[in-house]
Amino acid sequence: MTVLEFTGLVALGSLLAGFLGALTGLGGGVVVVPMLALLFHVDIRYAIGASLVSVIATSSGAAAAYVREGYSNIRIGMFLETATTAGAIAGAAIALHVPTSAIAIVFGLVLLYSAYLSSRERQEHGPHMQSSPLAEKLRLPGTYPTPEGKQSYAVTGVGSGYGLMFGAGVLSGLLGIGSGAVKVLAMDQAMKIPFKVSTTTSNFMIGVTAAASAGLYLARGYIAPGITMPVMLGVLLGSMLGAKFLVRAKVKVLRYVFAVVILALAIEMIFNGATGRI
Amino acid sequence: MSADSQRQQPGGFDDYRIEVIIGTLLRTGVLLSATVVLIGGVLYLVRSGHQVANYRTFHGEPGRLKSMSDIAHGAAELDPRAIIQLGLLLLIATPVARVAFSAVAFGIERDSMYVVITLIVLAILLYSLFGSS
Repeated sequence: MTVLEFTGLVALGSLLAGFLGALTGLGGGVVVVPMLALLFHVDIRYAIGASLVSVIATSSGAAAAYVREGYSNIRIGMFLETATTAGAIAGAAIALHVPTSAIAIVFGLVLLYSAYLSSRERQEHGPHMQSSPLAEKLRLPGTYPTPEGKQSYAVTGVGSGYGLMFGAGVLSGLLGIGSGAVKVLAMDQAMKIPFKVSTTTSNFMIGVTAAASAGLYLARGYIAPGITMPVMLGVLLGSMLGAKFLVRAKVKVLRYVFAVVILALAIEMIFNGATGRI
Repeated sequence: MSADSQRQQPGGFDDYRIEVIIGTLLRTGVLLSATVVLIGGVLYLVRSGHQVANYRTFHGEPGRLKSMSDIAHGAAELDPRAIIQLGLLLLIATPVARVAFSAVAFGIERDSMYVVITLIVLAILLYSLFGSS
């Protein structure tokens, strides 16, 4: 394969990954690494570096649209970023010492979990909750706009949410993904933050988390310009198109299709990791 | 805008205004870096498009594509791959700029607890960018 063909095909695949990732809300990063590793036989370390950079691009590009809606909570985001960035550096350090086959297996397991999460219906928390003293002290509770006006919400479970966020950071640094699924889980399940607030705040945090490990990856030579260029441009363009189509698309069917794709990739990653092919 | 009128105090530098400025900052950074990467990418394909792509084995990128000063030097000499790396560096710097701006914004709001929290995040990011190389 010549450089020209490689660039074109990777850009096309990344465009599709970004498009589906934005439509389904799962992010394009989870598909980019398996695509590069399994389809294009790129070394998984190069694949992770390229994916990490594309995650920064989509997170930062979408943030402008999200904040205008007034849902994200910058205090929750900033406080939890102390955990995700520290975790991301730890994850990038672990990636140095772990064989690539082990990374492939962990990646597969995270994919399985993402597929499971995306198949589940989520329930909104009741409005009559009490914030924990620690959450009050950190000024985490906030408000978000609804058609009926400003709705205030409570925040609890700061400790367990913080711990989960560190874990999300480690996975991000180790696997080169945004790990939005774990971030939303921490805010949604542990801290009982409303759905719209946790999703938009998570997106806001993903870019900072990825930047923490991207610096280390660049310094280590894991970010190859020839691969990262088509991946970053493709995923960015795809996610911008995806956000435009979001209103019209039948998201439920798409989520199901995407979950099946992720499931297949997960099995493939675990198999290749276990047999030492990655 | 309903969200705007609900959350903005007259003349105040409140959370919502900060978030809108941050959103604009992030989008500008992404568009700027994507433009630089695209320019480098076109040059790269024109010069090396016919070569054989092989990323099957990991070598690690050469030193001139790893450190910040070398990337800047290479880009100044119009080395296509250094120009791409420069664009990627701009992209990595975008969230860092966001955190730095947030620290200033919390300072203007006289929220000293969040100034400290934001500076911790900034320190971790700067360590990752400069401390390791």
